[in-house]
Amino acid sequence: MIIVENLSKTYVTPTSTINALNKVNLQIQKGDIFGIIGFSGAGKSTLIRCLNRLEEPDGGSISIKGQVITDMDKNQLRQARRKIGMIFQHFNLFDAKTVFENVAFPLEVAGYPSQVIHSKVQKILELVGLSDKAQAYPLQLSGGQKQRVGIARALSNDPDVLLSDEATSALDPQTTYSILELLKDINEKLGVTIVLITHELDVLKHICNKMAVIEQGEITETGPVEQFFLNPKSDTAKRFISILQEFQSQRIYREGEGI
Amino acid sequence: MNEDLLELLLTGFGETVYMVILATMAALILGMPLGVVLVVTDKGHVMESPKLNNMLGTAVNIVRSFPSIILIVILLPLARFIVGTTLGATAAIVPLAIGSAPFIARIIENCLKEVSFGKIEAAMAIGANPLTIITKVLIPEALPALIRGVTLAIITITGFTAVAGAIGAGGLGSLAIRFGYMRFRDDIMLATVITLVLLVQGVQWGGDWIAKYINRKRYKFD
Repeated sequence: MIIVENLSKTYVTPTSTINALNKVNLQIQKGDIFGIIGFSGAGKSTLIRCLNRLEEPDGGSISIKGQVITDMDKNQLRQARRKIGMIFQHFNLFDAKTVFENVAFPLEVAGYPSQVIHSKVQKILELVGLSDKAQAYPLQLSGGQKQRVGIARALSNDPDVLLSDEATSALDPQTTYSILELLKDINEKLGVTIVLITHELDVLKHICNKMAVIEQGEITETGPVEQFFLNPKSDTAKRFISILQEFQSQRIYREGEGI
Repeated sequence: MNEDLLELLLTGFGETVYMVILATMAALILGMPLGVVLVVTDKGHVMESPKLNNMLGTAVNIVRSFPSIILIVILLPLARFIVGTTLGATAAIVPLAIGSAPFIARIIENCLKEVSFGKIEAAMAIGANPLTIITKVLIPEALPALIRGVTLAIITITGFTAVAGAIGAGGLGSLAIRFGYMRFRDDIMLATVITLVLLVQGVQWGGDWIAKYINRKRYKFD
């Protein structure tokens, strides 16, 4: 479904050059919920933003559903992007538009007639549980509701892939779970392939079936999620697991002390 | 005496309003697209073009560095070419519009740059073309700021008309200089200033109200 080959991206700063991505190879199957985990600065955000070329890769290729994204000109890319939904950490909703208009925007861009837009938007708002907020503005919504609008907007044009750029990082734990449940639900109901990047282990554990670990711009480990927790191989994976275990044991100890 | 004061004031007020409205409209027509282009051709934006951006930026800076009175004098031949005369309110509109356009362009540029780039990226990720992004995302998102910016521009242009008034444009500025200053008519000077203060207050109040109205609509809780 998604095949990434030898993907490279370098940032040149006045003081140094940074290899954000170094010959990354990745394969994501249709219907997967694929998690990419890494510490800050590991290159995970660059990787997901390369998938729809919000970030131009320097080398390598990306193909989604048989279409080579990296070979496209601007026009072809715009067409392809209409079938690649994306949600963001800070939602990036249009404050000047109502919830309805936000969700309708991709359909307008794709040139659907207004009747089709109307029924599609209502269906998708029902799916994310925001039918009663259609006429509200994003600034009137809570963080969780905003991300639901973001998801609805990303899904309104029936994408094949949904890219999630730290979509739950700005949300509280309870809201995070409800958003994750929603993503899972969408994956099952619509069969959308989801690629998400995160630095939260809980997110991986909760919804992903496959995953990759990224470390200094390189994929160090990839496979089913269980393998990561049971038998971590890469350095980052071990650190993630050990941090988790350390805090858990501390908590048990402190709770034993009756604090 | 009071009657002639009132008549002078009314004519002056009428001329000033006429110049401000037409000059603002013309300056917006010239400056608005310029401001938008300055934003979207910037590095990393939807129509990236560093050369064009640099060129336009320099042109804007050059026009803006002229002292306003000099700019008006320089542009008078153009006014004669377009309107047929260099005297009166209509003739003044030409230099006023051209002189204010770069200023408006910079205001518009600043307002549009305040729109968080994440929103533009979201629109790009949706597959919208640059024109759609400009008209459906960039401008609506910046609308309250744009209205405050245009309000500021109208007030600046009002001040600008007084300068033009000093060299034959008519309006309240001309009245203050020809009667208030040169003929020592303190009553006219005072009346002109009060009228200008009221005019500016009115414009500011109107602009604030529209901007607040839009924001209230977007923030309102049920």
